[in-house]
Amino acid sequence: MNAAVERVHGSEPLLEVIDLRTVFRTERGPVPAVDGVSFTLQAGRTLGVVGESGSGKTVLSRSIMGLLPRANVVRTGQVLFEGRDLVTADADELSHIWGAEMGMVFQDPMTSLNPVVRIGRQITESLRHHLHMDKDEARNTAITLLASVGIPEPERRLRQYPFELSGGLRQRVMIAIALACGPKLLLADEPTTALDVTVQAQILDLLQEQQRDRFMAMILVTHDLGVVANRADEIAVMYAGKIVEKAPTRTLFTEMRMPYTEALMRSIPKLEDPSHTVLQAIDGRPPDLAALPPGCRFAARCPYVQEKCLTQEPPLRPADSPGHWFACWFPVGTPEGQAALRRNKEAGSRAAEAAMEAATLTRRSA
Amino acid sequence: MAGSGTAHLRGDEALLRVEDMVVEFPASGGRRVHAVSGVSFDILPGETLGVVGESGCGKSTTGRAIMQIPRPRSGSVHFDGIELTSLKPEELRRVRQRLQMIFQDPISSLNPRRRVREIVGEPLAIWDREKGEEREKKVREVLEAVGLDYDAAAERRPHEFSGGQCQRISIARALMLDPKLIICDEAVSALDVSVQAQILNLLEDTKHRYGLTLMFIAHDLAVVKNISDRVIVMYLGKLCEVAAPDELFAAPAHPYTAALMASIPVPDPTRGTRKEGGHLEGELPSPTDPPSGCRFRTRCPRATQVCADEEPEMRQVSGDHYVACHHPLQPLVPRQEAAADA
Repeated sequence: MNAAVERVHGSEPLLEVIDLRTVFRTERGPVPAVDGVSFTLQAGRTLGVVGESGSGKTVLSRSIMGLLPRANVVRTGQVLFEGRDLVTADADELSHIWGAEMGMVFQDPMTSLNPVVRIGRQITESLRHHLHMDKDEARNTAITLLASVGIPEPERRLRQYPFELSGGLRQRVMIAIALACGPKLLLADEPTTALDVTVQAQILDLLQEQQRDRFMAMILVTHDLGVVANRADEIAVMYAGKIVEKAPTRTLFTEMRMPYTEALMRSIPKLEDPSHTVLQAIDGRPPDLAALPPGCRFAARCPYVQEKCLTQEPPLRPADSPGHWFACWFPVGTPEGQAALRRNKEAGSRAAEAAMEAATLTRRSA
Repeated sequence: MAGSGTAHLRGDEALLRVEDMVVEFPASGGRRVHAVSGVSFDILPGETLGVVGESGCGKSTTGRAIMQIPRPRSGSVHFDGIELTSLKPEELRRVRQRLQMIFQDPISSLNPRRRVREIVGEPLAIWDREKGEEREKKVREVLEAVGLDYDAAAERRPHEFSGGQCQRISIARALMLDPKLIICDEAVSALDVSVQAQILNLLEDTKHRYGLTLMFIAHDLAVVKNISDRVIVMYLGKLCEVAAPDELFAAPAHPYTAALMASIPVPDPTRGTRKEGGHLEGELPSPTDPPSGCRFRTRCPRATQVCADEEPEMRQVSGDHYVACHHPLQPLVPRQEAAADA
């Protein structure tokens, strides 16, 4: 429904995800890891997807690529990549898209590279397969690629194995492989989480630079709002399998409407705060996806929670600023939200406690 | 620093005093990994000392060497009036009651086959203290202190808990023997931000409630700043800088500290990526063959010949702020004055 509204603005998006749903069949019943996600991405733009562990952000990126196992996974909805639906695409079609038009960079560069194959062959493989280059041409292209991602002595690296490189260099190799065939879309799933801060900054700079040079769209998935704050054009915040707020980056930071986004921001220790500042932690934890409560999924942890939140699930609806969507009955920074917060404070957050209790009960019975 | 020196050490009242500690590991070809090379620092009772640095800087090795796992190659570790490096294993075991550790991965540091009651009660069982009802009472008290409901948690096993709850169980276990010093090695790094905040707040509360002293090792500067009273910055087995967190982050004197700070992504789109601070180029050199002189010189924008020839010593910047650098970003207190001050 939201996708239909969104399709109106922006011409011919590169990627259009419509009501995507990925359900894992488990012994405990169906687990909707991605539950009705819709968004569009224009060529050359960056979408940041932010969420905690278990929010469904990684499953979302894999669902878009079609990288999930077929057994016990049900994927519905549409993923339109330049108009082609990837959900219904067969293996043959996908193999022409993977690597050639869509690249992916994973979190752990050690386990994503083949440990017994030299770096050179891991890069030239896709060049020869997709672009039909001959051996020498592919080798020369690989050297140029390695140099462009800032790897010193590229010719020597081609003959090395992944274990001979540091984590940062391995991640650069992963990026070189993902960029080899000049994809139109790069999915980067926590590309810097396993790296040190100094190396993280180098890798994020590199991704940004490559993206600009190649006019490539990027989906940057991370748990760290700091990583996307200066790198994404738009940010989608995920919670328990759903997008709960989506906005252009500046709008999200200045006009956030969803209490979860606000809580997430507040729980981050900030360098400019004096030491021993008491952090505003979010109590509790995300709901069990196999036994979801009715109503809003964040209700049990939300300081704004009201009766309505426990029974009716808020839809994703537009805010005042263009491109800003949120899912909340009592949004942050609005009169209703303020009133809800005040009521909860006056009631000694009785509603919140009731919600907590309800959540605990569901957890125990699960 | 990559420098040495002890100018930053304080008086005798310190609970822990590490002097010139060296930890080395054998490597292939008869070479040695210089993991920690002559590090000195102290922690006062009730203080939280933060230790920051990139992976491979020796911060975890430092924490473990204090516990004497393994024993440092040289130097002294003086804890609560006792020199740990020369203790016999049996004596060391006794001291370790007062010296506890919390690790990074909360799930793998708990025995998956034990129940929470057994995990948390085990330190008492080992030392044959508080038996029967007494023990249950103590386990109950400590579990509630870390925010877990005894009746709901006691009979369950670690896999039934989330990462944050497992870290609470680890903290409870560390508290059982009434320790004086707890070494937290990346204790919140594996947790989500929302849970990380819960655990940081819990550590702060627990510290006051039980009168603890903490050594908090982490790679995240903002986390370390939040929890610490004093911070040491490490690079490749050496100390770079020592200061109170507010001072350190407002006016870093070591180029490495400044570069670390510039690398942190800020959750604020109006701030840009802070390129002007200069993101650090290159990577950590190999600890088997560390650079001569200042170990940071190979990546330092201010390095000159003197940095290769001479190892910088810890020198005073102001009050309780010390740096080991030949070209610090802040003016130093002249040597004579510093001497007179001391």
